[in-house]
Amino acid sequence: MTRFVLGRIGFYTLIAVLLAFFTIPLLWLASAPLTSDPTYEVRVPDFTFDNFQAILEHPYALPSLYNSLLLSVGTALLVVALSALAAYALSRVRLPGRDALLYALLLLSSIITGTAAMVPLFQLAVELGLIDSQLGLILILSGGLLPAAIFMLKDFMDSTPKSYEESARVFGASPLQIVAHVVVPLVRPGLATIAVWAVANVWGNFLMPYLLLSDVEKQPAAVIMYTLYTEGGQANLRLLSTFGLLYSVPVVLMYLFVSKKYGFRFHGGIKR
Amino acid sequence: MAQATSPPDLTRETAEPTARRYSVDAAGLGRWRAGAFAAPALLLITVFLVFPALWVLYLGLTDYRLTGTAAADPKVVGLDNFLSALGEPTFWNSTWLTVQFVLGSAVIGQVGLGFAIAWLLRDKRGPLKRIVEGLVILAWILPSAVVSFLWVALLDADGGTLNALLGTGDYAWLLDHPMLSIIVFNTWRGTAFSMMLYGAALGNVPPSHLESARLAGASGWQQLRDVVFPHIKGHILTNLLLISLWTFNDFTPFMITAGGPDGKSEVLAVHVYKVALQSGQLGYGAAVSTVILLINLVVAVFYLRLLRSKK
Amino acid sequence: MAAIELRRLTKVYPGGVKALDALDLVIPDGEFFALLGPSGCGKTTLLRTIAGLETATGGAVVIGDRDVTSVQPGGRDIAMVFQDYALFPHMDVTDNVAYPLRIKKVAKAERHRRAGEVAARLGLERLMDRRPGQLSGGQQQRVALARVMATQAQAFLFDEPLSNLDARLRLEARTFLKKLQRELGVTTVFVTHDQAEALAMADRMAVMEAGVIRQIGTPAEVFQRPANTFVAGFIGSTPMNLLDAVVRGDTLEVAGCAVPVPDAAAGLLADGEKVVYGVRPEYNAYAPKPADGSSEGALAGKVVIVENLGASHLVTLDVNDVTVQAVVPEGSEPAVGDEGFAAPRRDRALVYRDGELVTR
Ligand SMILES: Nc1ncnc2c1ncn2[C@@H]1O[C@H](COP(=O)(O)OP(=O)(O)OP(=O)(O)O)[C@@H](O)[C@H]1O
Ligand SMILES: [Mg+2]
Repeated sequence: MTRFVLGRIGFYTLIAVLLAFFTIPLLWLASAPLTSDPTYEVRVPDFTFDNFQAILEHPYALPSLYNSLLLSVGTALLVVALSALAAYALSRVRLPGRDALLYALLLLSSIITGTAAMVPLFQLAVELGLIDSQLGLILILSGGLLPAAIFMLKDFMDSTPKSYEESARVFGASPLQIVAHVVVPLVRPGLATIAVWAVANVWGNFLMPYLLLSDVEKQPAAVIMYTLYTEGGQANLRLLSTFGLLYSVPVVLMYLFVSKKYGFRFHGGIKR
Repeated sequence: MAQATSPPDLTRETAEPTARRYSVDAAGLGRWRAGAFAAPALLLITVFLVFPALWVLYLGLTDYRLTGTAAADPKVVGLDNFLSALGEPTFWNSTWLTVQFVLGSAVIGQVGLGFAIAWLLRDKRGPLKRIVEGLVILAWILPSAVVSFLWVALLDADGGTLNALLGTGDYAWLLDHPMLSIIVFNTWRGTAFSMMLYGAALGNVPPSHLESARLAGASGWQQLRDVVFPHIKGHILTNLLLISLWTFNDFTPFMITAGGPDGKSEVLAVHVYKVALQSGQLGYGAAVSTVILLINLVVAVFYLRLLRSKK
Repeated sequence: MAAIELRRLTKVYPGGVKALDALDLVIPDGEFFALLGPSGCGKTTLLRTIAGLETATGGAVVIGDRDVTSVQPGGRDIAMVFQDYALFPHMDVTDNVAYPLRIKKVAKAERHRRAGEVAARLGLERLMDRRPGQLSGGQQQRVALARVMATQAQAFLFDEPLSNLDARLRLEARTFLKKLQRELGVTTVFVTHDQAEALAMADRMAVMEAGVIRQIGTPAEVFQRPANTFVAGFIGSTPMNLLDAVVRGDTLEVAGCAVPVPDAAAGLLADGEKVVYGVRPEYNAYAPKPADGSSEGALAGKVVIVENLGASHLVTLDVNDVTVQAVVPEGSEPAVGDEGFAAPRRDRALVYRDGELVTR
């Protein structure tokens, strides 16, 4: 009996410590935006919305969120379109060297990380004139995400029966009609997964835009956030707190949406 | 005889190439169209992923610099960059810090804490479980620029929440314990993945096995050792390899300490950035990148081996 | 509507498996034709090669008077029902049934009208807005039928369309399908490995083994006069008795007993020849005592097993160490250990020489 009670106490103590460890760093993000004159210390907010004014006044805050959106949606669209086409072809047609190619893709996507490739990527961007080009950044980010996307989607398509396509084919549908009428609707959940995964990845990515975009007007929120708290002088905490909050909310909403709708969780690889 | 009566059939039967009259895959795509479908993705991957990886190998052999004469006319210097890295204390310092970072925050921190949470909550339901899991996942999904700043604020010397909580006055955590700070930070940041993986793995341990161990009077620790570990061994290995790889390549410490003070938290990922892009020694930086690539390769090959053997 | 003709059709899969071996077959216009055979004998391959989903390695497929061997599946004017029906899960019944018309660029209103018509004929009118996932197996099967009907194709190909239904529904669907085919008069090739299905529905049927056709004929012919020992052993709910025999004048020596030479083989056998004597248990009259007091013309043995088949019993006799089976009507079954006599019907018994039926 006492053992049981001790066990309970131990359990709840552990849970309390865990909760504290994971909550305390986050508290500031919840309290500071609503506090009139935030400091680094967490305080009970006085529920003011004045701080959001700071965002509107800042020349780069809102545009940077727009840039983040542009980059992540652009990359997601490109990755979904290209990986779907490639995954479909690889799943349905025995192209020569297919298995070796897939193995190589999987290997590449895990070893060539931003850290390992930042030097040549920077140089490549300089040579191709892609510094300060958002399109260039989208291409580079897509190149990095595509192998894993193709791999995940191919798995998904392999588990989709072929008889749907064959059936459409006997009715006389052309390959493109089959893809549009049958394949895309069937693999839509897979495409949505990849899209969300790509958006989440790009939205949070700091290193690549930091390296490749030096024009503040083109930089996404990750870089602006970093600049805001590292640039000289006293950091503007009113701005930082509200900006950090605004920048975080979409990710949280997306996560809630995805886990509710599909019941799956963000898969490994999200932090490439 | 047969040839005389039905020559066309015989030629058809033997002439395999003429028999491939159209494509037979499910959608009638055919190799050419399939190739065309795969080409754009493969092109992007080749240009922006494979080529840089190969280019980094070459760059590592040159004295390329961001500015100056070596920028215009780089020379191949062979293994000089690698040799000078081996003789360079800052390289070894970064390597050692990286080992601490990976062992401390990934292997001990994330795996240990992730497993502990999954184990504590294994047969819990309801709001408590959802809140704990939700917070752990929140730490994982928030943008790294935001969480980095949150930790900078938390650990700030004058007015940081941690000092206020502990009553440690104006202790400068980031200056006095930069490595410890980023290790704890990264544990906090990345535990979610391990927690979810172990949560799923524990759900697959057959309850009957646990029950029979309990009936046999096994203690909690004995149950773990004799029933649970054998079942989730594969998951542990997968998990270890993946998060080691990610942590090893993680650039987020840069956003908290920027490698400082004095290189005391300059893990390899940050080291590459500093020497190559801040000091402009692209050749030398590429040599360090090559080392990173090779280490990644070793870990990834292990990982893929493991995946194969599981199938 | 059109006839289907296969000429020396051969299919070798990339791995080297020869699934069809120079197969010849003519299916006349409007016939309901069943393909029967053990698993892996090439039935699905044959159907898919007719449809064009597999390319022939050799030989030709002719539909109507057109050689379609190198024509894409969509250009062959045939329609196919897959074993899993392949109803598009993201389309409702209307869109599924109208899909073939959509491919033919029929205007939306018109194709919905025609889909509605066809579906009404199959009793689906109240399900038009449902998705396949919301239908029962039998309803799905009818939607699949409606969809092929909407194509108005020259020929229908069915790959085990009833195998996903439970036993009762399968019987219903069998009758329904047969009736529908009669009304439409479309040439239909039907793959099954349920012989009862083939016997019940087909106008004619083929029994396949390892990529070749071993017998073609009406169900009655195939059942009563299997052309070889393979078909004899394959067809029938209880396998035919196939017994080694030696010709002795106008009797056959079977398991130490003498039986008369069957009518079918009369005058075709040489004295002393070694043959196989075949009789279905259904045509093997069992009696506890010889009918006319002598055991002549019957196989005398001891009852070793009695199995209940419902309305009848299958009696297994040990006749001088040879196993012989007979079907006994209910009520007159013997007990295990009884002495018994099985008298084959002379007009139904068959003789096989080197595995092939001896016949005129
Ligand atoms: N895509 C393929 N590649 C290689 N061999 C194949 C392929 N499809 C079928 N086969 C082989 O061809 C032979 C005939 O197969 P098929 O599917 O036609 O048999 P089936 O008569 O339909 O059998 P079942 O009654 O089990 O459906 C089998 O030996 C099978 O293993
Ligand atoms: Mg089959």
